[in-house]
Order: sequence, then C-alpha cells, then structure tokens
Amino acid sequence: MTMPDVTSAALSRTNYLKITLASVFNGLFKAFNTNKTSWIGLGVFVVVCLLAIFAPLIAPYDPLDQSILYRLKAPSAAHWFGTDYYGRDTLSRILWGARISLTIGLLSISAALVIGTLIGLIAGYFGGRTDIIIMQIMDVLLAFPSLILGLIVVAMLGPSVGNLVVAIALTAIPPFARIARAPTIAVKNREFIEAGHALGYSHWRLMFGHILPNIAPEVLVMGSLWLATAIRVEASLAFIGLGVNPPTPTWGGMIREGFENILDSFWLALFPSLAILIVVFSLNLLGDGLRDAIDPRLKGEQ
Amino acid sequence: MTGSNTKSGPILDVQNLTTSFRVDGAWVPVVKDVSFSIGKGETVAIVGESGSGKSVTALSIMRLLQENQSQIEGRIRLDGEDILALDEPAMRDVRGGDIGMIFQEPMTSLNPVLKIGYQVAEVLRRHRGMSASHAEAETLRLFDLVRIPDAKRRLNEYPHSFSGGMRQRAMIAMALACRPKLLIADEPTTALDVTIQAQILELISELQQDIGMAVMFITHDMGVVAEIADRVVVMLRGDKVEEAPAAGLFAAPRHNYTKMLLGAVPKLGGLGESTTPRRFPKLDENGVGEEPANEPDRRAETILEVKNLTTRFAVRGGVLNRPVGSVHAVENVSLSLAAGETLALVGESGCGKSTTGRSILRLLQPAAGSIVFEGQDLMAASPAELRAARRRMQMIFQDPYGSLNPRKTVGAAIAEPMRVHGLKSGPEANVRVGELLELVGLKPEHALRFPHEFSGGQRQRICIARSLALEPSLIVADESVSALDASVKAQVVNLMLDLQKELGLAYLFISHDIAVVERISHRIAVMLLGEIVEIGPRDKILSNPQHPYTKKLIEAVPIPDPAVKRERGGLITEELKSPIRTLDWTAPPRRYLSAGEGHLVMAH
Repeated sequence: MTMPDVTSAALSRTNYLKITLASVFNGLFKAFNTNKTSWIGLGVFVVVCLLAIFAPLIAPYDPLDQSILYRLKAPSAAHWFGTDYYGRDTLSRILWGARISLTIGLLSISAALVIGTLIGLIAGYFGGRTDIIIMQIMDVLLAFPSLILGLIVVAMLGPSVGNLVVAIALTAIPPFARIARAPTIAVKNREFIEAGHALGYSHWRLMFGHILPNIAPEVLVMGSLWLATAIRVEASLAFIGLGVNPPTPTWGGMIREGFENILDSFWLALFPSLAILIVVFSLNLLGDGLRDAIDPRLKGEQ
Repeated sequence: MTGSNTKSGPILDVQNLTTSFRVDGAWVPVVKDVSFSIGKGETVAIVGESGSGKSVTALSIMRLLQENQSQIEGRIRLDGEDILALDEPAMRDVRGGDIGMIFQEPMTSLNPVLKIGYQVAEVLRRHRGMSASHAEAETLRLFDLVRIPDAKRRLNEYPHSFSGGMRQRAMIAMALACRPKLLIADEPTTALDVTIQAQILELISELQQDIGMAVMFITHDMGVVAEIADRVVVMLRGDKVEEAPAAGLFAAPRHNYTKMLLGAVPKLGGLGESTTPRRFPKLDENGVGEEPANEPDRRAETILEVKNLTTRFAVRGGVLNRPVGSVHAVENVSLSLAAGETLALVGESGCGKSTTGRSILRLLQPAAGSIVFEGQDLMAASPAELRAARRRMQMIFQDPYGSLNPRKTVGAAIAEPMRVHGLKSGPEANVRVGELLELVGLKPEHALRFPHEFSGGQRQRICIARSLALEPSLIVADESVSALDASVKAQVVNLMLDLQKELGLAYLFISHDIAVVERISHRIAVMLLGEIVEIGPRDKILSNPQHPYTKKLIEAVPIPDPAVKRERGGLITEELKSPIRTLDWTAPPRRYLSAGEGHLVMAH
C-alpha cells in the first residue's frame, strides 16, 4: 500500500470508514474463496430470490386461477410442473410460494438475529448474575424443539404471515443468543477492551463499537444456516395446516395438498419439495463455506 | 550413552541448511545456507531476534515442519548419520530418542489430562522398551535428577498442580529420558521468572556435565547466552552472520548486528550512582552509538498518592460454590508518584504488580485503601467522574497485538478517545492524529492502515500515541516492552523517556525485567506476594538492596558477560508461595524500616 503524500485532511472519519468497509468486503470475498462451494450456495440463493421478486412477471399463470378442465394434469409444455386438484399451475404457485417462504424466513431470522445477538451480547458482556438469568431463560426456550414451539405460538395467535414470523423468530432467538455470547466473552477478555475501559469508553460504546464488529462474522454465518431452518420450519408448519391460510400458495401447503393425490399425481408433492431442498441446500452450502473461513482451527492451514 | 557407535567428530553437523516455506505458491527461504556443528558436551547458543529463523533451524533438525508446506535442503548429520535421508518411522526414533527437545511454553507442552509421571514413563516405554514398573522407577530417578522436590508424590499429579518452573523441569526430565545425544532447548526459560530461569539454566549446564550431551540452546537473550553457551551462532533474517566462542563474541563482536544485539542488553548496575534514567544508545543494524548522558531530573509535585491499597479475588469452592478463601493479590500497598517521575514496580509473576496498576486505574475494584490522583479521591468517584479521570491517567498494555481492535484503522483508534471525551472533533482531531503518530516516530499516513499491518514495536508506538491523545499526566505501563525484541525494546524505552521529558509524564512502569527498569526508573518498588517489600531510589535499591527477596531477585538477573562467572549457592528448587489465604486470615502487622532517604524496607 503506497500512500502518495497524505495530508491531514485524508485522516478523516469518512476515509477511515471507507477503508474499513473496503477491508470488510475484501475479507468477505476472501471468506467466499476459502471454500468455493459458498459461491455456488450464494449463486443459487440469489437466483431463487430473483425468481421470487419477479414472480408476478415470470409466472406463466395466475397462481390462484382455478380451471376444472385442467385438473391434475401431468407436466407438459403448457404446464411445466403440471397442475393441481383445482387446475392451478404448479410452477406459478411455486414461484409465488417462494415469496411467502423467503419473506417469512428472512423477516423472522433478521428479527431473531438482532434480538438474539443483543441478548447474547448483554449476557456475555456483563456476565455474572445477568448472564446466568438471561441464559437460563434462553435454555428453557431452547428445550422446546423449534417445530413444537412454533406450533404452540401459531395455535395461540392464529396463522398469518406476521404470526408465523413471530413464532419462528421466537424459536431462533435462543440459538443466536448463544452464538453471540460465546465470542463476546472471548473478545471482552482481550486487551483492547480493557484498553477501552482505561480510555474511559462507555459500556455501550465497547459493546456496539468494539465487540459487535468482532463477533459479527460468527453471527452472520449462523444467520445463513438458520435461514434454511426457518424456511424448513415454515414449510413444516404449513404442512400440518398451520401455515398461511389457503388459497395463498406456500411450499409446505402445496406439499400437503399434493400428498392427498401422491399415488396418481406425484409431481404435486415433488416439485415444491425440490424447491425447499434447493433453497435449504444452497443456504447450507453458503453457511458451511463461510464457517470454514471464520473457523480459527482451519485458519493456519491455508 | 551407548559409546560403541559414537564416532569421533561433532554430534550435530549442519551443512548449508536452507529451509523454505511455501507462501502463495512460491518457495520463500526462511533459513539460508546455515552451517554449524555442535561437539560432544558442548553448548551452542543460536541467537537472534524474532524472524531470524532460529526456531525454524531447530524444527528443521527435528524434521517437525509440515511436509508439503516446507522444504529442507543441505545436510544434517547426527553422530555421522544423515537424518534428512531417514524415513518417517526412523525419524520418530530419533525424536525423543537421540534428540530431546524442550519448548518455550511449559504450560502448554504437557497433556493436561494425563499424570506427569505417566507422560514421562510413556517416553521410556516407547523409546527404551521398558516395562511399566521399570519405567516408573526410571521416571522417579529422572525427577530426582532434575530436582523436582518430593518426586514420588508428584509423579501422580496432573500438570495443573505444577508451577511453570516445575513443568519445565518435568519437560527436561522427559527430554532426557532416553539419554539423548543432543538436547535442543528452544527458548526454555523465556516464559519463566528470572529466579526460576536461573535455576533452570543451572540445571541444564549441570546435567550436561553429568551426561555429556550436546546442547543447542535457542534464545534471544544475550544475558542467558553469556551464562550458558560455549559457542554462539548469531542469526539475522535467516542468515548466519557470526559464529564465535562465547568469550570472544562478548569481548569483541565483529558483525554490526551482533554489536547491536549486545548494545541493546542493559547491564544491571551500569548506571551506578546516578539517580535519573538514561536512554539506550542509538541502535541500528550498523551497530551501537555513543552511550548517552543521564536524563535531566525534572520531577515536580506529587500527582498520585496511593495508601493501603488492597485488592482481593474470591476463591470459590465446595458444593455450593461459596467463597472459601481469597487471593490477596494486593495487600496494603502504599506508594506515591510525582509528575515527570518513573516508579518501577518489579516482582515475579503472581506478585500482584499488574493488579496494583489496574487497581489504581480502578479497572479492578480495590477492597480497601485510598487513591488520590491530582487531588481527586478516585475511590469515591462516581462512574462518570471516573471516566473523566481516566482521561488523565492512561495505560499501555503488554501485548501490542491484543490491545488494538483489529477491525479499526489506526487513525480511528487514535481519534476515538478524543471524540469520546470531547477534546477535539472533526478536522482538529484529524490533524492531531497525524501529529501524535509523528510524535511516536510513525508517519501520518499510517493512520489509514490496520493494526495487523504493523510490527510489534510499531503497534506499541500506536498504543502510546492513542493514550497520549488524551493528554494524560500519568501512564501505567504494564510490561509494555516485555514482548518486544531487545533492539525494539530499547527504542520504545527511549521514546517513553523522550515523551516524559517533553510532556512531564509520570510513569508507573510495571516490569519483571530489572535490567530495563534500571534504564527507565527514578525509583523502584519491589513486590512479593502482593506486598511491597522494599521501595526507594533506583540506585539505592540496586546497589544496596536490604530485603533478602530484593537481593535474590537482583542476583538472578543474567549478566551479559561470560567473563563474570558468578558463584551460585547450589541448586535451589524453591517455589514461590501462594497468595491464597483462608477467609479468616488477617494480615500480620507490617513495619517498614528506613534504610536511607526515601528508602523503606519491610521488617523481615
């Protein structure tokens, strides 16, 4: 790095921010390169997201359009993935269903990530009694399998997109709290945090300005892995009838409907299942690859 | 020794050793064309600063480097046998069999879940084919040999109950288990306290005389070299720059780098009767400059007054995790510090010197005592007042790698404290960052880089710049130069002295290294088990120590001159006592006797 004739004007906050951001992107790029399969995961996931966003433009039919004449048709040139019991186009329903799955997944995991990280950060940073109480509560929540907890919440609140987001977020908060707490404890014992105390920094500044950027990679990797889980849980809830109300297309709901005709029209269950598989698989590839990059045990070997 | 297959000639003969590592697909040589040999019963010291390739040389001889990431060229003969030609199973017989090795970190080189006796016996069973009972008897003999007291009981203990010095003894016992022809010691005393270091060095040289093995001793410490080496190989960035008998090397170093290494070693007692600090001579790879004069005495009014400071940590135990005792880390410590003055706090690990520093800044909560800083009672300060007070009292830490946030640019790190305390903002702060970097000998453009792009010494300068950003009057330097190479250490000490002169800073300089302390301090306080046992002017403490512990500490400092062979009072194996006390323990009344002006000694 050669710096031609730096004046003090260059030593500004915006410049530091620019350099820090550049380094973050550089690090991210390197992380993706550590295990190249994460590029594949990212690529597939981005394609799925684009398909979901542009579903209204690319879906060949209206997902709710019923047609008695075209009931339970096998895949053909007109209906690539066939049609269901009401004669609705499966491909269009999968594309529209992706919007529901991804919306619920992204919203619930974002909420869980923010809240869980905050809880873990506070527990890990303050330690002692605060830590014990918070983590005991998290452990109680963690003791419920996420599907059961989701089931209870949806059964109580009723099935709607908002309630599903709440239910899934609730199941995902404890793991995020745990994932954030462990590195927080490690980082808070590093000397630069003690140096921060000596420099008169507030707890707030140390937690969010100094510890958070250092634990962010771990939390974000966890986020990509849990996004897959959230999509799975949403589908599972829809499968047992606790998803977004019909006729709105959801992948889990489509599998359930397809299940009733599985012996003569297997594609009705197969294609939405494949959709879930692809999304979950791509997110796992992405998350596992990135986890390799931040795993300190693997760092020396590259 | 088996004797019959021992040919005449050197035990270890290294010819044209070149070791390269693969970095981004290209082979980068780390050790370049190095040749040396070690005869029977001889100790050869390999000396160099970090990055000189001295440890890689040892690992090449042991063939312990990762195979696909490194390549070794040249010839290494052990007792006439080419060990680079051996296959891996044969090499395993050599490791631990013909060559024993001890490492720097005794804390991590023993398996924590196995009994120590078992770990040593395992070597005997593996390499000498002994039965379990036979091996245990031999282990006991080895423990006696390395002077582990109460050996029989300690065989059945786990590593965590061994102190650092005792662990290193156990490691030596393990290395000696197979009567190696060659012992490779890689910085074996660097992590140990100076009194323990003296014991281990004594032990190694005595064992060598008994067994007649060759010793390859890797170190960065010229004082240690003078104590132990017959011959010295000096390495610089992978090259051997000088090889000479120890006496000759110290008397007349030829290469400039050797001169610089020797110049960077402070000689204890070198400042004689003078009372003020003295800079290190100018050091670079062209050798050593003139010895500078002492700094002028600019001590002013007292700014810090600590009285009866006590800090304890609870030790919990039992089923209910109740407090069962406490570590009396700091016990009844009183000291004062004037502007422009350096008070050094010396003592061995666990003596409470770091805790004292942190308690004064109230980074730790003291149990009792008073701290008055610039007229403000810090013990009574509210959190907000305390944050404000910390602007005037700063701390520099030991580990320059750990004390900077790796995700912040240097400039942001230095500017942050100014913005937090509202001292300067916007363009004013930016200008100040550049000035501060120049003040500590760096360039303004370094502000735009990350900490990992700097060396250890540069990082320590950055830490100093950051603490100076708040214009403090007191800096607590906790082992701030201990992790640095000798030449870099000298530069940082010089920088600290310059800053003291310019800004009238007061330093509380916490260190275990008395030789460096002599250069930088006006006054010295010696700590033992949480208490100050002796405090006074530097020249008085060093030339006329009163307390037996002070005497022992000063005696243990290695003298960087092989001509001065000191007399040792036999092999001492004592360990430091523990400062853990039961809850009902009350401190015995202490009395301090005056031994001259400002020189106090605890009655003993």
